[in-house]
Amino acid sequence: MVAVIVGVLALQGAFREHQLMLAGLGVSSAQIRKPADLQNIGALIIPGGESTTISKLLADYELFDRIVSLVEGGLPVLGTCAGTILLAKEIEDSTLPGLGLMDLRVRRNAFGRQVDSFEEDLPVPVLGDEPFRAVFIRAPQITGAGPDVEVLASYNGRIVMARQNKMLAVTFHPELTADQRLHKYFLNLLEVS
Amino acid sequence: MAQKGTWTVKTGLAEMLKGGVIMDVTTPEQAKIAEEAGACAVMALERVPADIRAAGGVARMADPTVITKIMEAVTIPVMAKARIGHFVEAQILQELGVDYIDESEVLTPADEQHHINKHAFKVPFVCGARNLGEALRRIGEGAAMIRTKGEPGTGNVVEAVRHMRLVAGEIRRLSNLLEEEIMSAAKEMRAPYDLVLKVAREGKLPVVNFAAGGIATPADAAMMMQLGCDGIFVGSGIFKSENAPARARAIVAATTHFNDPAVLAEVSKNLGTAMPGLEIATILPEQRMQERGW
Repeated sequence: MVAVIVGVLALQGAFREHQLMLAGLGVSSAQIRKPADLQNIGALIIPGGESTTISKLLADYELFDRIVSLVEGGLPVLGTCAGTILLAKEIEDSTLPGLGLMDLRVRRNAFGRQVDSFEEDLPVPVLGDEPFRAVFIRAPQITGAGPDVEVLASYNGRIVMARQNKMLAVTFHPELTADQRLHKYFLNLLEVS
Repeated sequence: MAQKGTWTVKTGLAEMLKGGVIMDVTTPEQAKIAEEAGACAVMALERVPADIRAAGGVARMADPTVITKIMEAVTIPVMAKARIGHFVEAQILQELGVDYIDESEVLTPADEQHHINKHAFKVPFVCGARNLGEALRRIGEGAAMIRTKGEPGTGNVVEAVRHMRLVAGEIRRLSNLLEEEIMSAAKEMRAPYDLVLKVAREGKLPVVNFAAGGIATPADAAMMMQLGCDGIFVGSGIFKSENAPARARAIVAATTHFNDPAVLAEVSKNLGTAMPGLEIATILPEQRMQERGW
């Protein structure tokens, strides 16, 4: 379906689930831990995990600048949960260094602690009429979006999925379900010129 | 309608912790050091296992004040320990809002026959296991995450290695059984049949499996990861060592880059003295924490 290799940031978190999802769609993937791993990839996924942990390992292994320049050069990127936090330009009440690539403001742990984590059938019009089973785990919310950002889904008035050109931010976990539609939607962005 | 406390949500948080290091902390200051070093979660305690071992007596759930202060100090998930079988300690921890409960052999068991019915809680649980049967019994009771028991507070990784190799070996053995042989295997390992069947078919545990008990160096952490663990708990290994911040950072890096000897060599340099180690044979069998749990 897609002839490129999708890089999955593998510093910490649920990176294997994204790789399994891609394999199910017939797409090759590679784990990214160091700058050299970024060669030859045609798209990047930043998975869920702990954003503070991933941010520190991005800095320690000199991945920040390389990823920013690749994505600014047009590399499609999907961020889920912690990935969305790292993609955002502004993180509320936090000094956490992010990639600052998408014109978003995010709030971490915005639904509360783990006992407030939940799943819900979420209408996502770009994925079709059937709602998407969205799994929110200590999830962030997108509390602000710039003019170039297209809001793709909201929950209780808060943005939970948004796109800016070839950058896609999702605050829930499509990789924890068997539903391939969101990954397919992301892979279709690779074809957009 | 939004559904909270589902199996997907409980196991999902464990999935997000994978490839990370969960560190024992006893103060908000230690919790901040752990977070700053890149810990993916902390375990809030009054005393680390090495001190519990040294103090003897009955070890119980930590004072809620300690746990609450640690929860206020960091944004990463906070876990806390309840005694085996002590469902009221677990109710209190859930009420405090901890993100995960460790029903732990490090504390003195409160029930000599029964573990907590973990299905009855919205908060997820992690439990220790020495072998596959024990892991599946805990999952049957509702544990959403498993860890090796190792021998806590010793700085000696040998027991964690034994438990991990045993679980992996038993899974490999199950994968080769014919379907009619599964019931007999379930009977032998005293584990629920449906879970034994699931493991036999899928060739892996149905939940995330971390290493715990005796991990003291970056090399220990990377070894457990290469043996197939999904992530690392470090108890006494960090704050009983000479240079806790440096060791914490090094163990985080070693857990991510577990297959990269160049990184492992680099991060193992200049860490100061590790925690003092204990030879397992010098601990009387009745004092071994791993023997707790049924």
